[in-house]
Amino acid sequence: MTKIKFIEADGKEHEVEAQEGQSVMQAALNNLVPGIVAECGGFASCATCHGYVDEAWRTKIPPPDAAEEAMIECAFHVQPNSRLTCQIKVTPALDGMVVRLPVSQTNE
Amino acid sequence: MAERIVIVGAGQAGGELAAGLRKQGYKGHILLLGDEAHPPYQRPPLSKGFLLGKVALSDLYLKPLETYARFDIEFKPGTRVEAIDRSSREVSPRDGSRLAYDKLVLATGGRARPLSLPGLEGTRLENLFSIRSLSDVEAMRGGFIPGNHLVIIGGGYVGLEVAAVAVQSGLRVTLLEAAPRLLSRVTGPEVSSFIERIHRERGVEFRLSCEVRGLELDEARRQVRGVSLACHGVPERLEADLVLVGIGLIPNTELASAAGLAVQNGIVVDEYACTADPDILAIGDCANQPSAYTGGRIRLESVPNAIEHARVAAATLMGKREPSAAIPWFWSDQYGLKLQMVGLSTGYEQCVTRGSVEHKEFSAFYLKDRRVIAADVIGRPAEFMAAKRLVSSRAEVDATRLGDVAVPLNSIAA
Ligand SMILES: Cc1cc2nc3c(=O)[nH]c(=O)nc-3n(C[C@H](O)[C@H](O)[C@H](O)COP(=O)(O)OP(=O)(O)OC[C@H]3O[C@@H](n4cnc5c(N)ncnc54)[C@H](O)[C@@H]3O)c2cc1C
Ligand code: FES
Repeated sequence: MTKIKFIEADGKEHEVEAQEGQSVMQAALNNLVPGIVAECGGFASCATCHGYVDEAWRTKIPPPDAAEEAMIECAFHVQPNSRLTCQIKVTPALDGMVVRLPVSQTNE
Repeated sequence: MAERIVIVGAGQAGGELAAGLRKQGYKGHILLLGDEAHPPYQRPPLSKGFLLGKVALSDLYLKPLETYARFDIEFKPGTRVEAIDRSSREVSPRDGSRLAYDKLVLATGGRARPLSLPGLEGTRLENLFSIRSLSDVEAMRGGFIPGNHLVIIGGGYVGLEVAAVAVQSGLRVTLLEAAPRLLSRVTGPEVSSFIERIHRERGVEFRLSCEVRGLELDEARRQVRGVSLACHGVPERLEADLVLVGIGLIPNTELASAAGLAVQNGIVVDEYACTADPDILAIGDCANQPSAYTGGRIRLESVPNAIEHARVAAATLMGKREPSAAIPWFWSDQYGLKLQMVGLSTGYEQCVTRGSVEHKEFSAFYLKDRRVIAADVIGRPAEFMAAKRLVSSRAEVDATRLGDVAVPLNSIAA
């Protein structure tokens, strides 16, 4: 089991048990973490599963592919550490990872 | 606050609402009733990755079964609600029991529109399919054998997606469409002809402006053998190993109308997802709602709408009032090519294309009164997000700059 901590924009924390192989987005959905909408169900088509990956873990996950990069580019509230959580696969190396969530997935 | 919320229909909207209520801290009882055997699942992959065998069954489930129990959501699969008693505030499932509600939410979705041909009424045919549910796909899969000839009736997104999966699986495919072009109700001619081209390149055959005249059955009247049709009055007969009917959806509104609630192309609700009965709400594909975007009423059939409508209903049930300002959007996937559509193009005056149709990377913007009311984005996901903003901002745009790829889309809304 890999523990992932989601922190909502207002500071509320949700630590969840994620299963290896599932996406970070799915781990959030399975645990009813507010703030991840995931309209497209994980196909990098909606950018409503957007999160900020804390520095310490950015190097432990593969960089975004072209499709993800393109979607992120124009998402709302983008930061340099923005990722689509549906494109990040859970591995044991991610244990303890912190993902902060934007103020909104769908609005400025 | 309500004591017990009963949700009828465990699809995308119903499942989202149950989860959304708990996310918002709802402490009462939640009962989620669905007539299918599965917990809420995603339908989009049914005509895409799941049919192709690239998405597993467990990945279709929006949440594993265990999640509902863990968050104290009582979920009953295989439970079809037959009636609503508004005076006693109870619903009755098929088993004859009665379940009390304080608030009731109808999230019943819709069912595939059947083919209506004289002489076919009530006949169950083993190789005639439609796709709405997992069990529909499971039934059809057996016919997905290389070399088989699949005839698809209806050139909407679902029909086209199935056509793409079928040719990739080695079937021969002929698609019949009544209108002179594909996707005619939802997109402009530029995109229609592009879509037709990518399918033709892969070997899909089309009959446009096509009238289906009848199905030819085997002697036992259990299987379709052929489809007779006419294109521009010229009759033709096609042999068929299997037939898919994809001619739209009928919203499941019967429960509501039998209970005396207003139904007009969907269950009529206000901007807070409420019917005229303050204890009954309706959301998702089955509901007809006011739209801030069009200014009129609409019934949408899309996942983003189901999610957004569930959010509105959750707020209402929590005693808040949060009408939606969301812009409708939709996506499709054919041959791995990503199509993203935002807004509704009905009534557009001008179509501006940007990018290269040749290279399968372009966007079509639909303009009305110099404003972008809708866009179809093909193979350019970064533009999709920008297009969404253009549609929602309602800003005036310069058509020449919009069509010029050298001008960044973000800078176009002046
Ligand atoms: C093949 C296919 C592909 C699609 N592709 C896309 C896509 O790419 N993008 C997109 O945005 N949308 C797509 N959609 C549309 C999307 O899936 C729907 O808009 C969405 O599922 C609507 O959610 P809903 O909850 O309103 O209805 P549904 O998901 O249909 O759920 C309604 C549920 O209620 C049940 N029910 C009905 N009556 C009763 C009753 N009396 N008692 C108990 N249960 C009942 C139904 O069986 C069903 O399980 C697709 C749909 C299909 C079928
Ligand atoms: S869920 Fe849609 S992009 Fe991640």
